[in-house]
Amino acid sequence: MIRLPLVLFFSAALFAIGVYGVLARRNAVLVLMSIELMLNAVNVNLVAFSQVWQETAQTGQVLGSQALAGQVFALFVITVAAAEVGIGLAIVILIFRNRETINIDEVNLLKW
Amino acid sequence: MTLQEVIFAVLGLVGIGAALRLVTARNVVHAALYLVVALATVAGVYLLLAAEFVAWVQILIYVGAIVVLLLFSLMLTRAPIGREALDNQQRGISAVVGVIVLAGLVFLIQDAFAGSPPLVLQRARTAPIGVELFSTFVLPFEVVSYLLLAALVGAIVLARRDES
Repeated sequence: MIRLPLVLFFSAALFAIGVYGVLARRNAVLVLMSIELMLNAVNVNLVAFSQVWQETAQTGQVLGSQALAGQVFALFVITVAAAEVGIGLAIVILIFRNRETINIDEVNLLKW
Repeated sequence: MTLQEVIFAVLGLVGIGAALRLVTARNVVHAALYLVVALATVAGVYLLLAAEFVAWVQILIYVGAIVVLLLFSLMLTRAPIGREALDNQQRGISAVVGVIVLAGLVFLIQDAFAGSPPLVLQRARTAPIGVELFSTFVLPFEVVSYLLLAALVGAIVLARRDES
């Protein structure tokens, strides 16, 4: 037995720390790591609510086939995060090759 | 507090501590290692929530693949040491934004779920998840595999050196 708000508080804390990391870091790889933290916070929420639905599925309020939707969504989010990191790191390496820096405040070619 | 809640509290505190060290670390490699700790505690939380398959996928993909990818890109780029080199000038205002986000979420959660009964955990076996994935969610599954293929090709095209 576990209280749902406890899990949601953990996820909210991870998300807020990720927000701080994205805003405060200037190294592009560290920004990507903070984005991973935020994606993980979302996944924790999805798995927790999947537990809620599995419980309600037993009383018949939710279709049995929907009970595991949260976990399947978490798997999709993990896949998309992997794709995002692959592309992001390729772009980071390309920027480093051209500009000799990956500080995102120094890459301002498109800034008006 | 039940035993599960105690274990969850320990895992959660370790995870939040590692995440905090991740966003404040002075050395990028240390930050990557703290990311491993944070991701592993999240996998522990999945196990505690009886989501076994998602937990092992988390270990395989995140700890096994993504962190290695991040470490490789840290090796290929210059990794300076020190807070001034890794953080920008907006640390204070970022902390304020983070605290505001946390306060808003905590208020919403408290408002919506404070009186909800505790979860009696149901074990989710892997077989029903696979059946779900290939019946109800087969279209999103195909779309995601196409996205992965496109990302793979795109990453190779971007990172390749031009021979000309």
